[in-house]
Amino acid sequence: MSLEDPSATETGVPVLEARNIVKTYGGVAALHGVSLTLTAGHVHALAGENGCGKSTLIKIISGAERPDSGEIVVNGVAHSHMTPKDAIQQGIQVIYQDFSLFPNLTVAENIVLTSAVAQKRKLFSRKQSRPAAQRIVDDLGLSLDLDQEVERLSVADKQLTAICRALINDARVIIMDEPTTALTHSEVQRLFALVGRLRARGVALVFVSHKLEEALQVAQDVTILRNGELIISGPATDFDRRSISRYMTGRDVDESRLVNAPRYDRDPVLQVTDLTLPGAFEKVSFDLHAGEILGVTGLLGSGRSEIAEALFGVLRAESGTTIVDGKATSIRGIRDAIDAGIGYVPEDRLTQGLFLDKSIADNVIASSLERHRRRGLLDSRKVAATITDQFNRLRIKAPNVEAPVRSLSGGNAQRVVLAKWLANGPKILMLNGPTVGVDVGSKEEILAILRAQAAAGMGIIVISDDVPELVAVCNRILVVKQGRISATLTGDHITPEAIQEGMAA
Amino acid sequence: MSSPATTRLASLRGTNNEGVLALILIVLVVIMTFINSDFLSAGTLFAILRSSIVPTVLALGVLIVIISGGIDVSFPAIAIFSAYTTVVLVQGSGVDAGVLVVLAISLALGALLGLVNGGLIARFKLPTLIVTLGTQGIFKGVLLAYVGSRYIADLPLGMRTFSTMSVLTVPDGGENTSLHALVVPVIVLCLVVNALLRNTMFGRGVYAIGNDTEAARRAGFSVMKLQVILYVVAGVLAAFGGVLHVTLTRSANPQDLLGTELDTIAAVVLGGASIFGGRGSVLGTVLGVLLIQVINNSLILMGIPSAWQRTAVGLLLVIGVGVQAISARRASRRVFAHREVVAQA
Repeated sequence: MSLEDPSATETGVPVLEARNIVKTYGGVAALHGVSLTLTAGHVHALAGENGCGKSTLIKIISGAERPDSGEIVVNGVAHSHMTPKDAIQQGIQVIYQDFSLFPNLTVAENIVLTSAVAQKRKLFSRKQSRPAAQRIVDDLGLSLDLDQEVERLSVADKQLTAICRALINDARVIIMDEPTTALTHSEVQRLFALVGRLRARGVALVFVSHKLEEALQVAQDVTILRNGELIISGPATDFDRRSISRYMTGRDVDESRLVNAPRYDRDPVLQVTDLTLPGAFEKVSFDLHAGEILGVTGLLGSGRSEIAEALFGVLRAESGTTIVDGKATSIRGIRDAIDAGIGYVPEDRLTQGLFLDKSIADNVIASSLERHRRRGLLDSRKVAATITDQFNRLRIKAPNVEAPVRSLSGGNAQRVVLAKWLANGPKILMLNGPTVGVDVGSKEEILAILRAQAAAGMGIIVISDDVPELVAVCNRILVVKQGRISATLTGDHITPEAIQEGMAA
Repeated sequence: MSSPATTRLASLRGTNNEGVLALILIVLVVIMTFINSDFLSAGTLFAILRSSIVPTVLALGVLIVIISGGIDVSFPAIAIFSAYTTVVLVQGSGVDAGVLVVLAISLALGALLGLVNGGLIARFKLPTLIVTLGTQGIFKGVLLAYVGSRYIADLPLGMRTFSTMSVLTVPDGGENTSLHALVVPVIVLCLVVNALLRNTMFGRGVYAIGNDTEAARRAGFSVMKLQVILYVVAGVLAAFGGVLHVTLTRSANPQDLLGTELDTIAAVVLGGASIFGGRGSVLGTVLGVLLIQVINNSLILMGIPSAWQRTAVGLLLVIGVGVQAISARRASRRVFAHREVVAQA
């Protein structure tokens, strides 16, 4: 099959059908009788909360897992199960969230290698692989440096490499797992333009995504799973953001604005004046009151994260004053920030905030050991009480507190990070992108936890570019542009339009 | 974008800093020549090449294992086990075996011991360092307890023949000096292993699992099969190194080679192979071996006690690993900087 020939696969015909797939893990059903039909030239959005069975279904289609029953029909031929090699030979390609590329090999080698494996080749030639890779790259109108090692590429270019790799195997089905999570807005638009070109070639695409607007923007078909069951499947035009959330969670998800009344009558818990770090942010001043949720937003690279990192002592501001609870505080390191009662949930929760192989219990207690000490030793009863309290209060879904954090879904891992900081009893809690990569149901619950903490008197700063989230919880929003606060939105002025204008203007 | 000039410079540097290593080697030779004018002579060159024969072969096996993301400390045990057992078997048979028989027996033994390593590592997914540390002890113990602990001076025909053969003789300061013939098969072997790593799917698979085992599995590689094969190949290379060692020393001593792990692993790591896996080349490894031989040789020439040789090699290993860790961190920072530029654009 030639890549230059877009009519090689007719659009509009089904290329792959998964029928009545059942899969159980140790007695727990991950999928009960789920079916999925993929059509040539269509983008199929596969949506569902964490743990709904999306990943399991993808693994079965790609041959990484064997189904207990059901069949996979590819081009009219039924298979009881696939193997990774089968899947690649049948033109089924999965682009995982981590892309599964080889960082130390060049772009050209990465693009060509899997097809060489699938063809059961014994020899490999760099010279022959380069033109083959070049053809794909030119064909898609991309500019990729084929001789560059993949580890030096940006995330977007890595993704493009993974897409090229899928196409060189004459992919007829490309499954993309959370393709937009790590991309900037303009990179997402470029990806969608490329998706259009893939559709024109007759490729059937599957988008697994949490981001509902994006899924709706790009998809023709939608399938929603919940707890391993197929809830609904149909053309994308039948869905809107609201109905997808409802199908995913089984209830109406409340994204409406709901805020507490902060204690503006008292002195602010945090007063920042003229905080400056050249190259990152300049003359940043604001107050934070007890019970208030303050949003800090701006484009990536605007300095929004750096402000929070300076307040937490990760970066050191060059000038400016910080007053915590009426006391002038100089924050020179993370220790100073924690001592002053400031907590920070970093942007990349999986790498920066957690010990992945340690238990939930160990993680929860990790940053508050000081508070659980008695005569120099850890007070095990107090430790246990804090862990149980946080575990229950944050409703972490896990068999018990001894489960390793690696085994948790994104939303639950985020709750463990929250628990860790709440165990320390901070006066001020800063959260950077608190719901990135978290599904709608968990997002709502995390926002509810934030509201509850604010109501209990904590001052909270949410750094985010998720507009609905900011509107839903913030009392005030600071818009950061090129390191300066360009606008402050309060009360009724907090609307999605106002935030977007402030960020772009 | 980098200018053409910097790109050319970068390519001279090599993907695994081979260029830098070659430069260090040249600088070292120049310095030694200044200190001792006798250093730069055919005699020294041939001596260094001769002393590199066994370390190079052993290093090639270690290179393959390190590229795959593992580490092997059992190769000296495999080398001497295979070579010594072959000598004992041939002598016991009463037939004066030729080179093909000697190689067939010893390489088969090496393959078998490599299979033990590979089987344990691939089947039970055990850490490579611990497995090879354990098998090293087992191989050594079995050799001494069941095969023999005696020093053997009369070798089979297949080994004797090559012990003193030379390929090149040149006059050097009045006397003639010769290059040992066994340099030739080692050069051929380097070319073969280079082709194996670069131009076969097996070689690409070794790099792939060293890069990211899970990604390799998803790409369709049979990780278990690859691991077993690569430890068998490493075992065969170790056995070949053992045979060469016995041939060169003209005697079989079951205590030999043990303890040379440091030199060999240091040579491979200095040669640009990443201890994190996925990186390394035959050219770099050969340069690494030569560098260590030159340093050892220089220290002897300068009259420095041999205890310091170990220190020097140990120091080089730590520096080699340190350079890798630092450059890896720089590389990740570069990606980050690049991302920020993209984001602002």
